[in-house]
Amino acid sequence: MSDVANPETPVTAPAGAGHGAAAHPPTTTGLTHNKVAMWLFLGSECLLFGALIATYMFAKSRLPAGEIGPNDVFDIPFTSVSSFVLLMSSLTMVLALSALNRGEERNFRIWIVATALLGGTFIAGQVYEFTVFVDLGLGYTTNIFGSAFFTLTGFHGAHVTIGIVMLMSALVASMRGRLSARNAETVELIGLYWHFVDIVWILIFTIIYLFPQ
Amino acid sequence: MTQTSSAQPEAPHEEAMPEAHADEHADDHEHPSDRQYVKIALILGALTALEVFTYFESVHNLGDAAIYVVLIVLMVLKFIYVVAWFMHLKFDSVLFRRVFVTGIVLALGVYLVMLTAFRIWGV
Repeated sequence: MSDVANPETPVTAPAGAGHGAAAHPPTTTGLTHNKVAMWLFLGSECLLFGALIATYMFAKSRLPAGEIGPNDVFDIPFTSVSSFVLLMSSLTMVLALSALNRGEERNFRIWIVATALLGGTFIAGQVYEFTVFVDLGLGYTTNIFGSAFFTLTGFHGAHVTIGIVMLMSALVASMRGRLSARNAETVELIGLYWHFVDIVWILIFTIIYLFPQ
Repeated sequence: MTQTSSAQPEAPHEEAMPEAHADEHADDHEHPSDRQYVKIALILGALTALEVFTYFESVHNLGDAAIYVVLIVLMVLKFIYVVAWFMHLKFDSVLFRRVFVTGIVLALGVYLVMLTAFRIWGV
């Protein structure tokens, strides 16, 4: 975010001021437009994932008896580890933002790489899980449960992958000297997206995997 | 991004902002420490462990209804912890909270009605 007169002038907090703006940007709301837009986007994403989760619940309730279903394929201990990995990536994400706000760019890079690695580990786990399911006989078109499950978790995986791309972009920008405490809001927005992906998985893990089948 | 406020473009925001807005930003400057973030992560990890514990057979003596309640409570707690602390909604503008909660309430309302219409609750 920058003002009209000087594109390099940040409107976010200076080093050490945390995520919020020490002096509010001169907008009608006192909030930066990018951040308002991100929250609006995340609000709309609730509807997207709500639709996918609701569709999964409906599809599972209509699964004919005898067809391959959740009890035949889910590996809860494995998915639990994946869930924990994604949960901890939210911690490293927030520590990355905190480090950047303090002007500790080296620590920021370490935490942002850690976040991307944890996200990558989660995606690798998801790919492994998908291949196991296919080996067990559950493909995308096998039955209504398979279609709904792969669509829901696939959409989530795509979101995580986009998040990893954004994290790596932030890393490259930092290494090129284009990211510092002065424009930390960029990282805050990436963080909001990342945490949102995390809370969506909190819902998916409980509703899809842990609820009694 | 360009600024859209044209009424007082040069005025410092604290002066231009209505009192209601100023109140909304009253707690803008509180920020958790790294130590607090780690504590929240540990709580989240513990809540996840409790969730996973419900998977084991011994807990199933409680019955499905009790397990549903426990899992929903744990899920909501985890959700709130991440949104409030990691996404800073606890400390940020109330406008963000309203926008996000609107999305959640809308999604919950629409899809609960949809699922009820399709009679998936088994009643």
